[in-house]
Amino acid sequence: MITTLHRQPKPVGHGRFWVWSLFAALLAVVPLVFTSSLSHTILSQMGIAIIVCLSYNMLLGQGGMLSFGHAVYSGLGAFIAIHVLNAVTEGKFPLPVSLIPLAGGLAGLVTALLLGWVTTKKSATTFAMITLGVGELVWAMSLMFPEFFGGEGGISGNRVTGPKPLGITFGPQIQLYYLIAVYTFVCTGLMFAFTRTPLGRMLNAVRDNPERVEFVGYDTQKVRYLSFVIAAFFAGISGGLAALNFEIVTSEVVSGYRSGAYLLFTFLGGATFFFGPIIGAVLMILAFVLLSEFTKAWLLYLGLLFLFMVMFAPGGFASLIMMNVRVAAFGKLKPLLGHYAALLVTGLLAFAGVAAMIEMLYHLQLDAALGSQLRFMGMQLNAAAPATWIAAVAVTLAGLMVFELARRRFSVKWGDTQESIEKEIKRREAL
Amino acid sequence: MSALKSQTDQQLALELKDLRKSFGKTEIIRGISLAVEPGQRIAIIGPNGAGKSTLFNLISGRFAPTSGQVLLDGHAIQGKKPYEINRMGLSRSFQITNIFPKLSVFENLRCGVLWSLGYKYTFLKFLANLDDANARAEELMAMIKLDKKHDVLAINLTYAEQRALEIGITIAGGARVILLDEPTAGMSRSETSRFISLIKEVTVGKTLLTVEHDMGVVFGLADKIAVVVYGEVIAFDVPEAVRADQRVQEAYLGSSVADAQGQGH
Repeated sequence: MITTLHRQPKPVGHGRFWVWSLFAALLAVVPLVFTSSLSHTILSQMGIAIIVCLSYNMLLGQGGMLSFGHAVYSGLGAFIAIHVLNAVTEGKFPLPVSLIPLAGGLAGLVTALLLGWVTTKKSATTFAMITLGVGELVWAMSLMFPEFFGGEGGISGNRVTGPKPLGITFGPQIQLYYLIAVYTFVCTGLMFAFTRTPLGRMLNAVRDNPERVEFVGYDTQKVRYLSFVIAAFFAGISGGLAALNFEIVTSEVVSGYRSGAYLLFTFLGGATFFFGPIIGAVLMILAFVLLSEFTKAWLLYLGLLFLFMVMFAPGGFASLIMMNVRVAAFGKLKPLLGHYAALLVTGLLAFAGVAAMIEMLYHLQLDAALGSQLRFMGMQLNAAAPATWIAAVAVTLAGLMVFELARRRFSVKWGDTQESIEKEIKRREAL
Repeated sequence: MSALKSQTDQQLALELKDLRKSFGKTEIIRGISLAVEPGQRIAIIGPNGAGKSTLFNLISGRFAPTSGQVLLDGHAIQGKKPYEINRMGLSRSFQITNIFPKLSVFENLRCGVLWSLGYKYTFLKFLANLDDANARAEELMAMIKLDKKHDVLAINLTYAEQRALEIGITIAGGARVILLDEPTAGMSRSETSRFISLIKEVTVGKTLLTVEHDMGVVFGLADKIAVVVYGEVIAFDVPEAVRADQRVQEAYLGSSVADAQGQGH
């Protein structure tokens, strides 16, 4: 399964224009399709998450910088934004609400200008450790300065304030969603544009081989530093939008937990492709908002998924998609579909067994007072009965066994397909 | 007097003055002095562990020398950072292939070009619109005969192609002084001879220093040969004179000189 793309993917004709148009259309239309207030909340959060995950990937995917402290920049952006919002409300600061996210961005940028030079001094492990340290520092400060960070209660504000052009108050969630959507589209566009600039390309070079970069005239620290500051700017914008969205900012937003979530979901989405973090951001909000409602063991499932992806698809969902796009481009996808179906069915079977055990365990530990009966996938399970456990174990084992069989057959087929594609490429090159 | 001196200095492309480097108590480079005129091709030979690669690392800024001077076009560069030295017109390749594995051939070369064309750290221009950088990268790609591999990721090239790309990145910035550290290491004989003519082609008009093991290559390529043994230059002269030098034969060359002569005539 693990394979890299041989060539750099190339945009085809006007393909890029259509992709961006589709993205814009999607952002515009989705809230009209999903009209419940829950959907609008979720969609707003997705936009915010997309910006921050893309900004995180400027570090991780494009610069090879494993940061454990990206929430410092999105979080401080959020705090500055909520303070600015309150200043606007008090009439101290004339700024339209729609521009407050930029204040957040500026806060992220200035913070990174100050902290970034030390942070980007070294790459790799040293960089990771310093970001961890800076993250802890800011987190500790958030408890030490309640005037600014609001202590346990956080800082709250009211986004319905200031002038109301065209009657837009940002009171209704849908109005705020469209503000977020505009920011999401523009920020995504700008961050994509960044990857096409000299600094963006040298950032890739620094990721690949920092030593060589020094011998083609570039100071690697400066490349990292400038990129770090730009990433922090976008993170700050995302924080500013979050402040408007929730109308409250608590110190949790600068926590290591939040930074970890950015890392985890950017990785899941796929750090090696520009659009990967967008998938990751969507997954993040689905997990945080929906999966957490669905089951108490959601963090455990998330951990399992993360493990699974690290082992089998280290390029994340984006790389899975792109590998199959390549297969499809060579007209070899159809024979694989049966294998995918087999993997899906057998995988789900194994997962059902595992999930049944996890749910029973959680039920016994947390909801014992409710008795030993629980509902699982439309079935009534008795968590206290040995028979249920035996059945769950059996389903798991059987599932794993058939999954492994399917995986082996798929793996052979996949290898053949890749080989024939390589041959085809060689043949075309020879022409 | 001093004016006259600086004038003679400026005529040299590269000058080493009593260069020394110690790692701990061990002195690896023990007082090397060398004067290279513009356009000369210098081969540096010597047994394993003689300090040839260390010498390159001192000149190119990878390490700072313990004492002594390195003058590039008369300007002292010892102790400067590699990127500063590169910007002043000295570029090097590596013995172990040192390219950008996940970037395409074209991108690899363009990365080598950007600084020299003055684009620095800009993020307000699109790469696609940098006509001069793109043209230069295309031209380099043709020079190293990888123009059919435009979009192939460097990691997927053959070994010989990667070595060619290594040279391509090295010359990309238009440096006047080029240091090649065993450019033909690990290549077969036929690959080597093709590669040497490639190196000759792409370094026309440049000052070239190369570390080389293959004696046939050395005598075919170099105007002058510097023999490094135990961190010292024991001979620095035209190939014929080095070949005849008694000390060189004793210290190092021995039978390989006879081999090279046998092939050469």
